[in-house]
Amino acid sequence: MQWETVIGLEVHVQLATRSKIFSGASTAFGAEPNSQACAVDLGMPGVLPVLNEAAVAMAVQFGLGIHAEIPEVSVFDRKNYFYPDLPKGYQTSQMYHPIVGPGEVEITLDDGSTKAIRVHHAHLEEDAGKSLHETFSDGMGQAMTGIDLNRAGTPLLEIVSEPDMRSAKEAAAYLKAIHSIVTYLGISDGNMAEGSMRCDVNVSVRPKDQAAFGTRAEIKNVNSFRFVERAIAFEVERQIELLEDGGEVVQETRLYDPERDETRSMRTKEQANDYRYFPCPDLLPVVLDQAYVDHLRDNLPELPADKRARFQEEMGLSAYDAGVLSASREMAEFFEQVNDVCGDAKQAANWVQGELSGALNREGLPIQSSPVSARQLGELVARIIDDTINGKAAKQVFQALWNGESDSADAVIEAKGLKQVTDTGAIEAMIDQVIADSPAQVAQYRDAEPDKRGKMIGYFVGQVMKASRGTANPQQVNGLLKERLDALC
Amino acid sequence: MHDKTLTELAAGLAAGEFSSRELTANLLARIDRLDGDLNSFITVTPEQALAAADAADAARARGEAGPLTGVPLALKDIFCTTGVKTSAGSKMLDNFVAPYDATVVEKLKAAGTVSLGKTNMDEFAMGSSNENSFYGAVKNPWDGAAVPGGSSGGSAAAVAAGLVPAAMGTDTGGSIRQPAAFCGITGLKPTYGRVSRYGIIAYASSLDQAGPMARTAADCAHLLGAIAGHDLRDSTSVARGVPDYTAELDAPLAGLKIGLPTEYFGDGLDPEVESAVREAIRVYESLGATVREVSLPHTHYAIPAYYVIAPAEASSNLARYDGVRFGHRCEAPTDLTDLYLRSRAEGFGEEVQRRILMGTHTLSEGFFDAYYKKAQQVRRLIRQDFLDAFDEVDVLMGPASPTPAFDLGAKKDPVSMYLQDIYTIAINLAGIPGISVPAGFAGGRPVGLQILGTHFAEARLLNVAHQFQQATDWHLRRPGIIEETA
Repeated sequence: MQWETVIGLEVHVQLATRSKIFSGASTAFGAEPNSQACAVDLGMPGVLPVLNEAAVAMAVQFGLGIHAEIPEVSVFDRKNYFYPDLPKGYQTSQMYHPIVGPGEVEITLDDGSTKAIRVHHAHLEEDAGKSLHETFSDGMGQAMTGIDLNRAGTPLLEIVSEPDMRSAKEAAAYLKAIHSIVTYLGISDGNMAEGSMRCDVNVSVRPKDQAAFGTRAEIKNVNSFRFVERAIAFEVERQIELLEDGGEVVQETRLYDPERDETRSMRTKEQANDYRYFPCPDLLPVVLDQAYVDHLRDNLPELPADKRARFQEEMGLSAYDAGVLSASREMAEFFEQVNDVCGDAKQAANWVQGELSGALNREGLPIQSSPVSARQLGELVARIIDDTINGKAAKQVFQALWNGESDSADAVIEAKGLKQVTDTGAIEAMIDQVIADSPAQVAQYRDAEPDKRGKMIGYFVGQVMKASRGTANPQQVNGLLKERLDALC
Repeated sequence: MHDKTLTELAAGLAAGEFSSRELTANLLARIDRLDGDLNSFITVTPEQALAAADAADAARARGEAGPLTGVPLALKDIFCTTGVKTSAGSKMLDNFVAPYDATVVEKLKAAGTVSLGKTNMDEFAMGSSNENSFYGAVKNPWDGAAVPGGSSGGSAAAVAAGLVPAAMGTDTGGSIRQPAAFCGITGLKPTYGRVSRYGIIAYASSLDQAGPMARTAADCAHLLGAIAGHDLRDSTSVARGVPDYTAELDAPLAGLKIGLPTEYFGDGLDPEVESAVREAIRVYESLGATVREVSLPHTHYAIPAYYVIAPAEASSNLARYDGVRFGHRCEAPTDLTDLYLRSRAEGFGEEVQRRILMGTHTLSEGFFDAYYKKAQQVRRLIRQDFLDAFDEVDVLMGPASPTPAFDLGAKKDPVSMYLQDIYTIAINLAGIPGISVPAGFAGGRPVGLQILGTHFAEARLLNVAHQFQQATDWHLRRPGIIEETA
């Protein structure tokens, strides 16, 4: 039977506010355990939450970024359950009236085509603390659990998609698109290794021609682009096998184990908590006036989808190039700066994706740490365009800049004497010398059939370029050589 | 000294008739002598009190005294106080010392008042008799066989017994007004949002409100001015200016329109309480007020709605007492579930457990719409009843409680206890202010007249109460305990 996979994602994005969503404690990552938890985060008796306006602004920016409805009123609810790293015994979240309504995220597939994935809503909530099960003992060999509440109260935006994805690749592309949007907006650092983006995946399968969804499993805490694909691949296979063997998929929550590359059951629907949601009486409904939303909309940066379109339409880049160069804000900004300096989008795109990306990948560097700055690369490309150097010399210039030998392309060209020779007289002199030094090759050329001569000219070009230490303009060398050799025939 | 009102004591301090230290020492000695029997305090803080009194005297000597500098008072043990135990009347918090002051406490300190200690209360403010305290019942100073009311029973008894001129209480369903009525003192529940809830241990967040309990309306006016105001730490506190609540106290009442809710004079009202209240109304008529009957048609839904909403919020508010970070923890838990179950079973008393169970049930899947949602709809109707009434009259009046103080141990079944709050609970649901003032006696026990106003009408309520106290002397009557030791 032909099976179709149906996937929906719940992505938790940690918002890059300086303080927590309901308290003034810092959200910085990596501090000593429990050094960034104040009385509010600890759920001490009598303390009250106060909403961080920055978290609201960031959530609204996200909503605007996916062209979502922004409801005028949103409400915080309490999600009640007991767990040691949940200090108040409830998580403050938004169950019934989320801050961001329905929207849409465009994903780009491998073939360059795009697909719209609907977002059901996005809501604000506070993170819980962390339980540390491994690192503690009571000194007598008895295992203990430590609790670090630094993360408790960190603002999260939970983005809930519709079940619109049909493959693991689409799910990964969606996650990448979300990552790209939130980092473009600057509302999250998007650092998945530090848990700034976490993902729960809902997966089901159904016969290809069936309209109704199959029973889904929710896979918890899938925390990298790669794991999303692998967890889905495993889960899809598990469900199909189960169904083909005549079994049934049960609705349950499963955990992905990246080490064993499998998903395992955590709890079934019957074991699920009743969270007893109700509106939090300590917080007022959030009422957004139109002027506030308009102000945020007017100040939104250009988002990836818009950039991609502009790169194609205004700069004439291919869909592929535009997609790669707009994938991250850093990449796009770098490319645009190179383009601004050199004035040739195609050349700029080639260099950023070619020489520069190759070097960065070899060294494992992100583009924002590139030793060659966008200005330097732009000037280098400009020198190719204005024929000051040829492509071969340009690579030497790039290497010198990469190594930090000099801080501008012009200085490298000057120091290494890489300026292209375009003086016809000088090139002709070198051609004469090469012809004089290569009687055998000249004889071969003369004796060859005219249609074979084209290939043979390469030898002479090489010799001339060598004589010029690579600085002669290759097109000129080619043209002049052909004239001279043909005159000898 | 202990027989004077807060206003008189403030004047005496200002005139140099006595120092704050003398006054404080005098009252601490009274507490020492009398409270062993009365049990109105959970914690007395003599050292801190004397130090604060000395600081107040020094400030006065420097010419830096405000109107309340050096005035002693007490705090219900629900207000968090830095360095002093805050128990909420519960075994669960018998070991809890907050690292912060409630905003109310901060403001009272800033005003120069001197706290003598923390008063007894029903556990987590759940009760109407103060019998639900881990620290034992409190006696009514008028009659040792009677309850002082609750949940702010310790505060009411301490004021009535002349141990302090004033005390802070909280009122979620009548917890200031009913004990004030039972103990023959004046108690004001402000509009919801008028006083910050920050640092007050939460019972039902959408209903809790702190307020003053003292001998007179004038005393309450001074104290309300000190504690009211917007607080950035409490989102539900209202950004609205704080007037001088003493400014309008003497305004004449001619033309005042009083409404008597029909529903507050029905079945179950003790005839002696009713006649005391009706007599008080006649006093108002003699002061130039006009009286008419009004209807609050949804009154009989108030208790059921309250006992859905308040326990629902409580079940969530009290989830933090899990034995993990603070408060009572059971001995040698075997696992996490055991830790939770035993810590909470041991730490919470019966009534608290009952309300947690009720609230957990009504919020559960399948019951939420039928209970919680419906109760919120009823709450809106009750609020509208009051707003409609205030379109026609300036204030509403009626009894604060259907009976005078009942005997200790008399109300065994929880529902009969809940019905005690029939005249006070709707006021919290509507968020409006209410004040109870002494208005006579029934069976030798005090009767409270309750006066209600629309949102933020505290100045008007205090004026109306003060004029009554200018015309009557019920608020000057003292229980025997005062004379015996005078």
